[in-house]
Amino acid sequence: MTVAAGFFYVLSAILVASALMVILARNPVHSVLFLILCFVNAAGLFLLAGAEFLAMILLIVYVGAVAVLFLFVVMMLDVDFAKLKQGVLRYLPLGAVIGVILLVELLTVVGGYMIDPELLKAPIAPITSDITNAESIGRVMYTQFILYFQLSGIILLVAMVGAIVLTLHHKKGVRRQDIATQVARKREDSIEIVDVESGQGV
Amino acid sequence: MDLWSSILYVLTWVGFSVLFLVTLLVIIAYLLLADRKIWAAVQLRRGPNVVGAFGLFQSFADLLKFVLKEPVIPSAADKVVFLLAPLISCLLALAAWAVVPVDAGWVIANINVGILFIFAIASLEVYGVIMGGWASNSKYPFLGALRSAAQMVSYEVSIGFVIVTVLLCVGSLNLTDIVMAQKDSGIATMLGLDGFYLLNWFFIPLFPMFVVFFISALAETNRPPFDLPEAESELVAGFMVEYGSTPYMMFMLGEYAAITLMCALTTILFLGGWLPPADLAIFTWIPGVVWFLLKVFLVFFMFAMVKAMVPRYRYDQLMRLGWKVFLPLSLFMVVAVSGILMLMGWAP
Repeated sequence: MTVAAGFFYVLSAILVASALMVILARNPVHSVLFLILCFVNAAGLFLLAGAEFLAMILLIVYVGAVAVLFLFVVMMLDVDFAKLKQGVLRYLPLGAVIGVILLVELLTVVGGYMIDPELLKAPIAPITSDITNAESIGRVMYTQFILYFQLSGIILLVAMVGAIVLTLHHKKGVRRQDIATQVARKREDSIEIVDVESGQGV
Repeated sequence: MDLWSSILYVLTWVGFSVLFLVTLLVIIAYLLLADRKIWAAVQLRRGPNVVGAFGLFQSFADLLKFVLKEPVIPSAADKVVFLLAPLISCLLALAAWAVVPVDAGWVIANINVGILFIFAIASLEVYGVIMGGWASNSKYPFLGALRSAAQMVSYEVSIGFVIVTVLLCVGSLNLTDIVMAQKDSGIATMLGLDGFYLLNWFFIPLFPMFVVFFISALAETNRPPFDLPEAESELVAGFMVEYGSTPYMMFMLGEYAAITLMCALTTILFLGGWLPPADLAIFTWIPGVVWFLLKVFLVFFMFAMVKAMVPRYRYDQLMRLGWKVFLPLSLFMVVAVSGILMLMGWAP
């Protein structure tokens, strides 16, 4: 138990420190790299809690895909750091308000049992030890809540189609590759064999 | 458990890990030599043949050379990230080996979500390339890094679906379970040829997925014909342009460790891991780890032959292959395989 506690404190200390560095780092690329460190440590905390499936999915989805694209975009931005710093004070009140709201929400969720002790019993599903947590998550998502799962999938699909429709422009006058015409092309269409008399040219 | 026995336990565990790592590094050194030798043989050259008999110590001589050279860091580079990048790519590629079973019970960490762990680590490997390319603060490395980010993320999608089809047939995320599932059920059992394991391996029923996985593994590890991140004719050496000495060596080590890992994963998912091809005395006398290594070498030989024979893809062709050919094919196979399993009642 003491070993687990030690790991917990190490992981959460690095997690909090790197979360702070996300907003304190001067270079946005460093911020994203600290965000990735944050995710990795959160995955470690999930592992400690026995949720190994969630830990791996967090790594695969967020670190392996989302953060890569994020880093991709940030690297290509040409950011003027001095200008960026000037805006900090202007947005500070707004940021503080959002931060306080989030803090209060977190406190109500975590400390809700102080107000009503009955809350402590309500949402806890029995944890069964005979199946792995990949199986139990699958059972919950694909059997008990299949409708909600499918609905959220459809919403995401619509959002994706919307984003593509909004950003896709076909410029006029740009020569595009057409695989079908390339494949359908025959030798007779493109090559002509000419018997050239010497001294005359084609 | 009292203090001394737990300390002893930790020490044996560390000892096994170190032994495994050293063996792995030696095997990688010889795979690197084999790669160069095979490449040379296809091109009617001799390949490395000076250091030791048949050039057997070439990799170690290279190691010595890289380590003794002076590391040059460009003055405009982001120094921390620049040095972190090769470290990350080398470390991650070696870390994934912790869950690879090389024989029944011969595994450092037999975790429930082994295949997901390998997949997660493989998806993190792109960071070594992106960080190295960006931190070099130079055009060619950056272009190489951008290419590789797009390429590796694209091919991970189809690798994920291939793994899903295998998992549907196994019903477990544990790598040992995946191998054992290829022992006792499958085509051989249906034909009444119990013990003829070769026919039970997943590469026969899931042959299209085996091909998709092999090609995606080439793209995922930036092997030719998909080595666009370092395409030397366009980008000099891609993300590695600014690297030299030990950091460069760590990139190469990470790359070859990742390639070997992909060979091992192909072996486990499709070629029956450490299982002998048949339940005959002459085959079962040979220990499982030898079978495992033989299969890994076979897959690596195919990797090397592809490198030697196939010309490099154009970038748009690569993206087209990933998104328009492999993704629909593997998505269709997931639906088809799960449908067949449910219809026939074969689902585990």
